[in-house]
Amino acid sequence: MIVNTEMVDYISELSRMELRAGEKQAMTAQLEQIIAYMNVLNQLDTQGIEPMSHVFPVKNVLREDEPAPSQDRAQLLAGSPSGGKEAFLVPKAVE
Amino acid sequence: MTWETVIGLETHVELATRTKIFCSCTTAFGGEPNTHCCPVCMGMPGTLPVLNKKVLEFAVKAGLALNCHITRYSKFDRKNYFYPDLPKAYQISQLYLPIARDGAVSIHTPAGDKTVRIHELHMEEDAGKLVHDPWLDQTRADYNRCGVPLIEIVTEPDFRTAEETVAYLEKLKETLQYLGVSDCKMQEGSLRCDVNLSVRPLGSSELGTRTEMKNLNSFKAIARAIGYEARRQIELIEEGKQVVQETRRWDENKDATYAMRSKENAQDYRYFPEPDIPPIELSEEYLEGLRAAQPELAGEKRARYQREYGLPEYDCQMITSDGALARFFEELVELGAPPKQGANWIMGEVLGALAQRAMEPRDMKLTAPTLARLIARVGEGRLNRNTAVKVFEAIFDTDGDVDAYVKEHGLEQVSDGGLVREACAGVLEANPQSVADYRGGREKAFGFLVGQVMRELKGRANPQTVNSTLKELLGKD
Repeated sequence: MIVNTEMVDYISELSRMELRAGEKQAMTAQLEQIIAYMNVLNQLDTQGIEPMSHVFPVKNVLREDEPAPSQDRAQLLAGSPSGGKEAFLVPKAVE
Repeated sequence: MTWETVIGLETHVELATRTKIFCSCTTAFGGEPNTHCCPVCMGMPGTLPVLNKKVLEFAVKAGLALNCHITRYSKFDRKNYFYPDLPKAYQISQLYLPIARDGAVSIHTPAGDKTVRIHELHMEEDAGKLVHDPWLDQTRADYNRCGVPLIEIVTEPDFRTAEETVAYLEKLKETLQYLGVSDCKMQEGSLRCDVNLSVRPLGSSELGTRTEMKNLNSFKAIARAIGYEARRQIELIEEGKQVVQETRRWDENKDATYAMRSKENAQDYRYFPEPDIPPIELSEEYLEGLRAAQPELAGEKRARYQREYGLPEYDCQMITSDGALARFFEELVELGAPPKQGANWIMGEVLGALAQRAMEPRDMKLTAPTLARLIARVGEGRLNRNTAVKVFEAIFDTDGDVDAYVKEHGLEQVSDGGLVREACAGVLEANPQSVADYRGGREKAFGFLVGQVMRELKGRANPQTVNSTLKELLGKD
């Protein structure tokens, strides 16, 4: 797969990351390398092998529906750069 | 040209669990912003979500009730998108192996019966709530709702009218309420619906370009939005223009849909298997256990009420429209109330009182034993029906004591024949004109005389006794 500027633009829009012209070029080259590596994996013959979504042989890990206290709000918000006291504050996202 | 509207629904239902889907925070509605949160539902790095057993159980029960094929080996997937209502920047959902597929629901409309196919039902987590703060010109993110368990139920595009769509939603709501898996309160957002709609020339088998409508928070809004959007699409096509595939928002106040900004439309979720949640494998015993424990649903109750109690279809429909109401009715009958009388009280007085107070049956104070006693007193002839209604109104809000109220207010029916006769004679003597009118063939005058006797006896007399006594006295001379 060829990574071109359009694809990088699209990915940067999806991930809400603004890239400057120089960064775009660097990113194009790096993504190209990543895809090339995936192509190495793609050469493996996986015919008849069931797709695996987990590396551990576990299933049905469940918990009871029992409430436990939530975390202190001030603590949860402490890492917020916006400094909101009751809520995280983010740039306008609602029309 | 005649056009046909084609509609499919995606319904999100919040499950009535006590805790969130992947952590032990409460699911209680409301609460101060960000007080029902923990590192897991806020998506802090290094946390590990663990599936709530009850969510799985509720999803399977819903799947069984919607006649779905339950997926024995099911998995979760990550749906990636960047929006501040989602602190992890992905939603844990199910794409490749949803818990249930290929179901069917039969609906009933004035135009006839119909089967609606269910494409799939899957489990996922709800997102947070964003509120714009005009003072700061910033958006406040409240994550209390983040991680509240949802099931999303997707139908095939099987609806052709707004009536069919609403009939399905009513059936769905009724079924989920009977199962106890959700309270389905639309006003609190626990049942939310997206409508996919396209139009095509009648008789065509190809689907037109569809739009998706969001922000529909009542059945009325859904019906109105369908009407509006179908007209809009037909007009576009008839003007030679094209329908654009997009997401549109319904504006309740303007009675119109409008396109959401294209950025919100960018849909590329890059799903991949969720590595934090191991797969779910359901045993035959597990499914059998849930199948055996499924409660009797509204449709089965309706059939049984007709069969066992000989109730008219209309009565059965009214009573079973709400799970709490149906349970109330069954308790009345168990306590000895004649079924038809129980049904009449429920459809008349009980539903009337609830409507007056804008209350749901499940929030009603009045208990079945109290109403059963009231019905019994009428049956015994100790209260007449009109007085009983007055007693009902007085005790409805408190579930008061029927007998104590009757005694305190001296409402017991006058069963003393002599007393009734005395009152009748007095009324006839005091109203010679009405007596003359009646004898002259004016039936109305008789009603007036009955009314006077009832007034004399403060409404406590048995109307049949009054009728017969008056007739007897009038016939004498």
